Amino acid sequence: MNHLTEEELIAYREGVAVKRAVISEHLAACEECRGELERIEAVLAALDTLPVPDPGADYGRRVWREIAPQLREKPGRWWQVWMEPRRLVAAGAAVALIVAAFVAGRITKRVNTSDNVASKEQVRERVLVVAVGEHLGHSERMLVELSNAAPIDPKQKEVNISAEQRRAEDLLQENRLYRQTALQEGDAGLANVLDELERVLLDVAHSPDEVTPAQLEAIQKKIEGRGILFKVRVVNKELQQRQEAREPAPAHNESAKRERNKV
Amino acid sequence: MPQSVESAQAIAESDAVAVERTLAGDRDAYRVLVERHSNSIFRLAYRMTGNRHDAEEVVQEAFLRGYQKLGQFAARSNFGTWVYRIAANYAIDRMRQRQKEEARREAPRVEDRDGMENDPLNRIKDDAPTPERLTQSIELRKQMEQALAALTEAERTAFVMRHWEGCGIEEIAAVLKSSSNATKNTVFRAVQKLRRALQPFVETKAQARAMGTES
Repeated sequence: MNHLTEEELIAYREGVAVKRAVISEHLAACEECRGELERIEAVLAALDTLPVPDPGADYGRRVWREIAPQLREKPGRWWQVWMEPRRLVAAGAAVALIVAAFVAGRITKRVNTSDNVASKEQVRERVLVVAVGEHLGHSERMLVELSNAAPIDPKQKEVNISAEQRRAEDLLQENRLYRQTALQEGDAGLANVLDELERVLLDVAHSPDEVTPAQLEAIQKKIEGRGILFKVRVVNKELQQRQEAREPAPAHNESAKRERNKV
Repeated sequence: MPQSVESAQAIAESDAVAVERTLAGDRDAYRVLVERHSNSIFRLAYRMTGNRHDAEEVVQEAFLRGYQKLGQFAARSNFGTWVYRIAANYAIDRMRQRQKEEARREAPRVEDRDGMENDPLNRIKDDAPTPERLTQSIELRKQMEQALAALTEAERTAFVMRHWEGCGIEEIAAVLKSSSNATKNTVFRAVQKLRRALQPFVETKAQARAMGTES
């Protein structure tokens, strides 16, 4: 007789087996498989003894007290969700990029058809350079403020970082857009730095509104440890240089990208 | 605790009324939903994240996101299931974030992983003179927590939702953004890993019978 596999026994025990009746029939006749199932059940039964703390009878009321001040007067219908300020910022940036890309196409057509592709790329890149430069500047300021945050009173048990948290949420939306655009533009170095920045922004955005001094120190160490401020500054400086150069030669662009890849 | 079909239906209808009133501008109607579902979401979140602080954060965030997206819920039938899914998704994010943090830390945060203030076992120091059985229980619990923590986020989510919360495979698959078959495999892998880690510490009935220690 072929015995049941571990997969079949686990699926049977967890109620997701396909041929349940066949497995039941086999178990009724096979002591060895019953013993195997018993061993699986013993482990699951032990896990069932792990306690879950009781949050208390008034827990729902406490949750309501915590979240009520953060709720708008009226929740949004589905289309209103897309009208939130932070989504509008990201959408605005996307529209700006699309319009700029369109304009770039129009202008370069008029100038010289032989340089068409190169000119389009240059204008598109300039738009990306300006927009990303601003974004990096905002991110840098937020990270510097967070890195310098400290309890006003040494005895203070919690520090409120909700302002930085909200800014990180807004920056996160923009960052995703710019990272994707950088990838599409083949600028792997910029995309990498934006990817690292995104992880830091995600950490800050997901932090509690109020953190203990120890938690704040952990966040600050994380920012410092990743060297993200240095990387943001280097890339931002390089973007500024590209912007000042106005119409850099393609060879220069490529070398600049290669340099940034080393950061 | 399983609900009867009638009470589950009555709650779903009552939830639907509260959702409609909230969408019509009665913000306090949302309070009914929060108070009704907070405990069950806390249980899910605690089992997924393994600590009280994160679980409480998941509960709050789930209701905040639920409120913001309530307009998208209107056509659906069960608020409890819907907000439960939001909580599970956020708990996965939280677990990922926590794993990254802990990977960077030299020593694990014992106070967070324990987080079971009401459990008397928690108050016993490891080096305190205790009966052998109690020592084994403490050891087993540590092993169980470590085994659960060693699962991937998807495995832990699948195991918690299936084994402890009794969710259907389709519901779990929706949270994991995976197919039904892949989700079944994830449940299997989770149980298999837990078994490999815990079997040496667990006494089966057959062993107990053989040793004459079964109660």
